[in-house]
Amino acid sequence: MNMTSREKILSEVLKNQPAAVPMPDISAFKGPAQDNVQEYMDTFVGIGGKVFAVDDIDSIKILIKEQFDTSLRMATTLTELADMLEMYSPQADPHSYENLELAVIKAHLAVAENGAVWLTESVMGQRIIPFICQHLAVIVDSSAIVPTMHEAYKKIGFGDYGFGVFIGGPSKTADIEQALVMGAHGPITMTVFILKEKI
Amino acid sequence: MSQPLNKSTHPGHSPETFFRGKSHAELASEFNEDEARVSWHDGALWWIRQKRDKITKQIPEWEELREAASQIKSHLLSNLHDYLVQFESNLQKNGITVHWAANAEEHNNIVYSILKAKGITQMVKSKSMLTEECHLNEFLEERGISVVNSDLGEYIQQIDHEPPSHVVLPCIHKRKEEIGELFHEHLGTEKGLSDPTLLTRAARKHLREVFLTRRGALTGVNFAVAETGEFVVCTNEGNADMGAHLSEVHIASMGLEKLIPKKEHLSVFLRVLARSAIGTPITIYSSHYRKPRPGQEMHVILVDAGRSRQLGRVDFRDSLKCIKCGSCMNTCPVYRKGGGLSYHNTITGPIGAILAPNLDMKRHADLPFASTLCGSCSNVCPVKINIHDQLYKWRQVIVKEGYAPKSKAVAMRAMAETLSSPGFYQTAGKLGRWFLKNLPFALNNKWNPWFRHRDMPSPPPQSFSEWYSKNKGGNKK
Repeated sequence: MNMTSREKILSEVLKNQPAAVPMPDISAFKGPAQDNVQEYMDTFVGIGGKVFAVDDIDSIKILIKEQFDTSLRMATTLTELADMLEMYSPQADPHSYENLELAVIKAHLAVAENGAVWLTESVMGQRIIPFICQHLAVIVDSSAIVPTMHEAYKKIGFGDYGFGVFIGGPSKTADIEQALVMGAHGPITMTVFILKEKI
Repeated sequence: MSQPLNKSTHPGHSPETFFRGKSHAELASEFNEDEARVSWHDGALWWIRQKRDKITKQIPEWEELREAASQIKSHLLSNLHDYLVQFESNLQKNGITVHWAANAEEHNNIVYSILKAKGITQMVKSKSMLTEECHLNEFLEERGISVVNSDLGEYIQQIDHEPPSHVVLPCIHKRKEEIGELFHEHLGTEKGLSDPTLLTRAARKHLREVFLTRRGALTGVNFAVAETGEFVVCTNEGNADMGAHLSEVHIASMGLEKLIPKKEHLSVFLRVLARSAIGTPITIYSSHYRKPRPGQEMHVILVDAGRSRQLGRVDFRDSLKCIKCGSCMNTCPVYRKGGGLSYHNTITGPIGAILAPNLDMKRHADLPFASTLCGSCSNVCPVKINIHDQLYKWRQVIVKEGYAPKSKAVAMRAMAETLSSPGFYQTAGKLGRWFLKNLPFALNNKWNPWFRHRDMPSPPPQSFSEWYSKNKGGNKK
């Protein structure tokens, strides 16, 4: 570390920063009273995702068989799905997931206003998993859907994680003539299962 | 573009060789040679502006969010010293190595020394305007380290040896056929292929190989939280995460102004960023990096490079609130019709025009004049920067400092003398009307820039004061 640059920068900043301005209170921001599940489903379909409201884990298993090529590599951190999917190994080299077709992850929460789900590395297994897979499926409890980002950050709080991410749909780009293409580098599709019963 | 710019065969581009000292007006008129491209460019950006309008109207509290975002940044800038110290201490607690860089060269040397210590000769980089500003790629390549830009738009710009023309849409000035040609040359796609999905698939395949083989990754930073010592990187492609989570060393470069005080403030900024940028509710990935992965090294470089100086400029310090959404570019009539590369600066458009004179007032003296001062930029800015006021104020500073573009300086001096002398003003008016009536070609010619794309009104037979002195007697009766 270059202490001289640190000292120089900090003293310039101190000299040049304006008189203290108070921090605004943002506690009044909150989402509308609404059906969060319906709002979430509408939003997520609108951004190019697939969403299913399901009653239990068995319905998810049936849908996975219908929606994905189960002959390819599929992995999860959910013991409930261990009978049909490979369990992640936290020790494995992240590069070894290069050929992962489907990842199934349980989200901590989801946000109705933008379709995003909140994942931390404890539910991902490995940080690379939700990015390197060709298709991403996320399970979220219907009771864990909040209206806006304000409620989301209240629930997350300080958080105990080394890495966390909001994911709001399949990887996408519109860099070539503004034509929307799904699957820029990450998953080509994203599916969310909204689970009525908690698991 | 019809080859107006000097594309070297070197994989990088320095502003000196690329823009060759040309002014905004010169570069914009070159862009304007291709009328079909200008119309397309204008329409594509306006379409994004309309998407932004549509989605922001769905949020009843939108204006309150803008105000909150602006106030949070005001508070931050007024306590920047303490928040920087707090952020540094929390980063260190999280096991992240902190570096301070006073300027671009120091930043580049820090990156180089980190990579060299690990024996890394290939790096993958996600979108980072700061490293563009520092010309990091050229610096590393001269020292034997290759860099691949992984954001699709930035990758396209890199293989075409051009800087990005827009902070969010780096190759918005290019047509798909041109991109197809570049991919044919660099990725071996079929000649004539221009379908955006197929071109994106080809890049996906190539860049996946890059991600899997690079031990070093560099990302930018969208928001850095002082309270928790974590930083947030927003992408739609997932390229920052593909690089970072497969690397042994993750370097994150950030300008001092990227800081925010508290984690809950992310709720405000993540609500306004993507809606303002491209009219979507949130970027696909908002990644919160707090600790390195076991076995990984994580570094944060805090870069000043003129920011502390801008903080001391009372009229211009609010430009540091910018969250790089690009909405001021999408709405700006001059940007849409003149193209981003005309700004001869890393950050283009209206926000670039108020940031650039702080970096090099002489070179960028023309940028604050590249505006109609219509104010549309200030109206869409999610952190409520008074961009058009600052453009106007920079003009005054630039003229006072003696950096005004020559033709503007002469014209303004003549205007000042004419307006301060009533006798001269009347004579000048008479002369003007006489010339317009009898010798219009003496004014409307290629030496007078005012007449490009403009016609002169027919001159009135007399001035208002002539009319008034003739008629005031009659009215008295």
